[in-house]
Amino acid sequence: MMAAPEFLSLALTIVFVTLVVGQILSMVRLVLGPTSGDRILALDTMVINAIGLVVVLGISQGVQIYFEVSLLIAMLGFVSTVALARFILRGDIIE
Amino acid sequence: MSGEIIGTYATAIFLLIGAGFVAVGVIGLLKFNDPMTRLHAPTKVGTVGIGALLVASIIHSYTLGDSSYHELLILAFLFVTAPISANFIAKVNIHLGTCETPPQPDRDDTWATLETPDEEIAKS
Repeated sequence: MMAAPEFLSLALTIVFVTLVVGQILSMVRLVLGPTSGDRILALDTMVINAIGLVVVLGISQGVQIYFEVSLLIAMLGFVSTVALARFILRGDIIE
Repeated sequence: MSGEIIGTYATAIFLLIGAGFVAVGVIGLLKFNDPMTRLHAPTKVGTVGIGALLVASIIHSYTLGDSSYHELLILAFLFVTAPISANFIAKVNIHLGTCETPPQPDRDDTWATLETPDEEIAKS
């Protein structure tokens, strides 16, 4: 069995690679996406992957100052998803 | 085995669980061939995948000595907002007609997203 710090650094590397590949693949869906619902979904997934990247960066550096960053990204991502969906549904964001 | 070693192993295992869910969700987003089916996969990334990463962050800060539970706030926020945004995207799919039109509702005339307000006014 591996020692604990090496196992953690290996897991951190795997998570970073997975999140970056995830960003790239959802960017492919953002460019391809036949409908605008797919594009909104791909943007939402990219925002969520960005939250994961910031959280994992905080773990790898051992600091907690990235908490506010990820909370702000989460709020902005939700509001932007709802705004894009409202714009397609109603033709207007705030009626 | 001291508590620090167990905490480090738990952090790494939760990170790997989160990475697995993120990978599954993104592959599903890319490979499925129907807009409503594609909506199904990435919502798991938003809840379980990022949830596991945040739990790993909590355990890691607890292992380092200065325990913080701020991450639970992000977790609660994501658990509340992920179904809402998924519902909005599903309504966009119904509205644009990119999926099979759902069956007629029992009591009301039609689905809210399938008819514009002008048509409703003209009908009444």
